[in-house]
Amino acid sequence: MTTVATDAPVSVPGQSRLRMAQVLFGAAVCLALAKGMLPDALIRLPDSWVVPFADWFNAMFNFMRDDLGLIHVTRAFADGLDWFLDVTANLLYGKNRWPRIGPIPWSVIAATAAIVGYALNGWRLAAMSGLTFVWIAVMGQWQWAMETLSVILIAAPVSVLLGLVMGTLAWRSARFRAVLNPLLNVAQSLPHFAYMIPVVVFVGVGPKAGAIVTIIFSVPPMIRMTLLGLQKVPTEVIEAGQMAAATPWQLLRHVRLPTARTDILVGVNQVIMQCLAMVVLASFIGMPGLGQKLLQLLQALKIGRSFEIGITIVLLAVMLDRCSKAWAMKQPVHMEKGTPWAVRHRLFLIWVFATVVLWVLSLIFPILHEIGRREALSLAGPLDVAMDWIIATLDPVTQWLRWFLIVWVLIPLRDGMLWLPVSAVLVFLMSVGWAVGGRRSALICLAYFGLIALSGWWDRAMITVYTVTFSVFIATLIGFPAGIWGSRSARRAKTVLLVCDTLQTFPSFIYLIPVIMLFGVNDVAVVGAVVLFAAVPLIRYTIEGLRGVPDAQIEAADMSGATRKQTLWSVRLPLALPTIMVGVNQSVMFSLFMVIIAAFIGTQDLGQEMQRALSSSDVGKGMVLGLAVAFMGLMVDHLVTVWATRRRKALGMG
Amino acid sequence: MRFTSLLSASALALASVTAAQAQDSSDPIVIPTHNWSSQIVMSHVVGQIFESMGNSVEYVSTDSQAVYESVRLGDVTLELEVWEGAFGPAFEAAMEKGGLHDVGDHDAVTREDWWYPMWTKESCPGLPSWEALNECAALFATPETGDKGRFLGGPVDWLKHDQERVDALGMDFVVVNAGSASALWAEVGSAERDKRPVVIFNWTPNFVEALYPGEFVEFPEYVDGCKDDPAVGPNPEMTYDCGNPANGYLKKAAWDGMEEKWPSAYATLKNISFTNPQIAEMAKLVDIDELEPEDAAAEWLEQNEAVWKPWIDGGA
Repeated sequence: MTTVATDAPVSVPGQSRLRMAQVLFGAAVCLALAKGMLPDALIRLPDSWVVPFADWFNAMFNFMRDDLGLIHVTRAFADGLDWFLDVTANLLYGKNRWPRIGPIPWSVIAATAAIVGYALNGWRLAAMSGLTFVWIAVMGQWQWAMETLSVILIAAPVSVLLGLVMGTLAWRSARFRAVLNPLLNVAQSLPHFAYMIPVVVFVGVGPKAGAIVTIIFSVPPMIRMTLLGLQKVPTEVIEAGQMAAATPWQLLRHVRLPTARTDILVGVNQVIMQCLAMVVLASFIGMPGLGQKLLQLLQALKIGRSFEIGITIVLLAVMLDRCSKAWAMKQPVHMEKGTPWAVRHRLFLIWVFATVVLWVLSLIFPILHEIGRREALSLAGPLDVAMDWIIATLDPVTQWLRWFLIVWVLIPLRDGMLWLPVSAVLVFLMSVGWAVGGRRSALICLAYFGLIALSGWWDRAMITVYTVTFSVFIATLIGFPAGIWGSRSARRAKTVLLVCDTLQTFPSFIYLIPVIMLFGVNDVAVVGAVVLFAAVPLIRYTIEGLRGVPDAQIEAADMSGATRKQTLWSVRLPLALPTIMVGVNQSVMFSLFMVIIAAFIGTQDLGQEMQRALSSSDVGKGMVLGLAVAFMGLMVDHLVTVWATRRRKALGMG
Repeated sequence: MRFTSLLSASALALASVTAAQAQDSSDPIVIPTHNWSSQIVMSHVVGQIFESMGNSVEYVSTDSQAVYESVRLGDVTLELEVWEGAFGPAFEAAMEKGGLHDVGDHDAVTREDWWYPMWTKESCPGLPSWEALNECAALFATPETGDKGRFLGGPVDWLKHDQERVDALGMDFVVVNAGSASALWAEVGSAERDKRPVVIFNWTPNFVEALYPGEFVEFPEYVDGCKDDPAVGPNPEMTYDCGNPANGYLKKAAWDGMEEKWPSAYATLKNISFTNPQIAEMAKLVDIDELEPEDAAAEWLEQNEAVWKPWIDGGA
C-alpha cells in the first residue's frame, strides 16, 4: 500500500525547526557527557541563585491577611456560607440549627430522587436515583452521605453561579479574559493540597472550609463552558433578539444564556463531578461525611468497609452525572394552552403526596426514618475475603515484579535523572520545544523548568518527573492496546468507557492500601497507584479518537485492499493521533495529581514536601511546590496543544 | 442512645452549672477529631461530658499537625491528644506564636519507637535487644535496601531522627519513610500473610496492639542530653545513640479564650485525665467491636461513670 495522503508535506520552516532542535539536542547530550568538566553552576544552581519565592508568597499572604484585612472579608464570606450549610445540615442530618425540622426521613429523600429522575429521563433514571439512596440507607451510611451532600448542595450552586458570572464577564471584556485565562490554566493544574493551605489560613477548618475548597476547585470548568457557550451563540439569534428591541440585559438573560444552555449545562455537570472528586481530599481540612469516614476506615485497615464507601461515592457521581446530563439534553416542555394546573404539575403533586405519606409512615415505622448501623447490611466481610484472595494470588508475581522493577528499572532511572546536570535538562527541553513549536515553545519550556530550578526544589522535582514519566509510559503500554481493543465495536466501547468512569470516580485513596500490600512501601507501589489513574484518559481518548475517524476514510482504505492491520496502522491511528495525544496530555495531568496523593505511600518528591507544608500550614512553601507541579503540567499541555493543532491542520481536520 | 446518657447526667449537670461563677457561653465548643480511633472516641467522650453539663459541642475533622494553628486562632477550642513525640514540636511552635496553652497531662504515658510484630521473634530469637536486631539485619532486607535491613519509619514530618540513630549505633539498617500511618499498618498486614519479619515505627497506646501483638525494640535507655550531647550514651562521638523516652507525655491543649468563654467546661477539661488502658479500651470499642465512635463514647461513659463524674464535680 502506498503512503497515505495524510502525511503532512514537510515545509521549509519545519525543516529549519528540526535542524535547530537537533543542534540543541546535541548540545544537551554534550552537556551531560561532559558533566565532569562542567562548572558546578551548570550542574546544580548555586544556592545564591535560588530565589526565595516562598518568602515572597508568605510576605504577600501576610500583607493581604493582616494589613489589607482580607481575613475579615474571607471569614465574613465563610460565615455567610456557614449559615446556608447549617440549613442543609439541619434538613439532611438534623444538625441543631435553624430551621430545626430535619432530619428528613431517608425514605422521603429516596422518593424525591426517584421522582426527579423520572421527570428528567423516565423510569430508568428514576430507578437509578431512588436505588442509590436506598443503597446508602441500607448500608448504614446515611448520616455520612448526608453530611457530604449537605456541603455539595451548597458548594455546587455557588460554584455554578460564580462560574456563570465570571464566564459572562470574561465574554464581555477581552481584557478580563486575558487576565483570567492564564489564572485558570494554573488553577486547573495546581495540586489540590496547594489550595488547601491558604484556605486553612483564611477561612479555618470545618464544613465551610470544605465547601470553599470544593468551590475553588470546581469553578474553572464552569467559567470555561459559560464563555464557550456564549461565544458560540449564532449572530442570527442575537439579531432576532435585537429586532425584538431587547435591552442588553434582556438579550443576555433571555437570548444568549438560553441559547448557550447546552454548553452551560455541560459546565454544571463538570462542577458536580469535581465536587465529588473533592469529597475525600476536602476532609483533610474538615469536610465531614463520607470522605472523613473513608480515611478513618483506611487508617484502621478496614478495606472492605472503605470499599463500600467508595461504591457509594461512585453511585452518587453516576447518578448526579446522569441527572445533570439528562437535564442538559432535555428540551423545555410546552403544554397546550388551557391545560389544567393539576395536569401541568402532575409530578409535583405526586411528589407532595409521596412526601406526606412517607413522612407519616416513617413516624410509625422508624426503620423508614433512619437505619442504624446495627440494622444495616454490610458487604465488608466478602469484600475483605475477596481482597485477601486477590492479594494472595498475585503475591508471587508481584514479589518478583517488585524486585525486578526496583533493581533494574526504577533505581537506575531515578539515579540517572538525579545525575543529569540542570543545564543539560533545560537544553534538552528547549530542543523538544523547538521541534514541536519553534522558538516560542522552546522559550516557554525553558521558562517553566527554569523557574523550577530557581525555586531550589530541583532534585525533588526530578523525582516527580521520573515517577510521572515512567507511570505514563506504563500507562501507555496498558491503555493503548486496551483502547484499540475497546474501539472495535460500539458495545465494547461502551463497556470499557463505563469501567473508565468508575475507576476515575472511585476515591483514589482506597487504591493506596492494596497497592502497598502488594508491593510494599516503595516506588513500585507509587507507580502502581499512579498507573491506575493515568491509564484511564489514555483508554478513553484512544477509543474516542479511533471511533471518530470518518467512515469514508476507512472505506477508501478497504477499497484499496488494505488489511485490517494496515488500516489500523496507516489510516486509523494517524488520523486519531491528535485526539490520542489529548489523552496523553490528560494522562500526565492525572499522574501529577496522583503522584502528590501517593505521598501517603511514601515518596521523596514534591508531594512529600507538600504534605509537610500542609501540616505546618506553610502557605508560601505550599504555593511554590504547587506551582512547580503546575508548571510541569502546563509545559506538557503547551507542547501537546501546539503539536495537535499543527497536526490537525496538516490532516485538514480544522 | 446518646440522648439517654445526656438525660441521665443532666440533673447533675444542672447543679454544676449553677454552681459555677459564670455561665458558659451557648456557642458550641469545637472539638477536633483526627484519623485514629482512640482520639475520635476520646473527643466524643469529652464532648458528651460537656453536653451533659449543658454546653453545645461540635466536632470537626482536621489534620493532626495543622490543628494547632486552628486552636491558636480559636477556630477549634481544644485538643485532647498532644503526643510528645509526634506533635510536641508543632504544639510548641504554636505556643510560641501564642493563642493556645497547656492544660495539663493525661495519666497515660506514650511511647514511640521501633517495633515488631510477635512473629518476627521466631526468626530472630534474640529480640527485643537492639544488638540482636542488628545481627538479624539481613532478615529485614528488601530489594530497595540491598543487603541491609529495612526499617519502615513514619512520615518525615514526624521528625523521628531514625537515620541519626542508625548512624550513631552503627546499625546495618536503612530507614525508609512511609507516607502515612496507614502505609505502616498496610505493610504489617501484608507481612502477616507469610509471617515475614518486619520492623516498623509504632507507638502505644494504639489499636494495632490489639490486631497484631508485638514488642518495642529495646535500645540503650533514653537519658537526658543523649539527643544533644555526643558524650552522653554509648557512642561518645555522636548524638541520638539511644531509644526514645519510654514515658512521653500526653497532653491536653486549649485555646487561650476558652477559660473566659466556657469557664466550667474549662475547669472540667483541666481535671480530665485518661490512662493507657482506658485509651486502649476506647480504641477497641471502635476497631474491634465495630461500634461507631459516638456510640462507643456513650458506651464508655455508661460503664465508667465513677471515672468521669468526679471531673465535673471537681470543676464546678
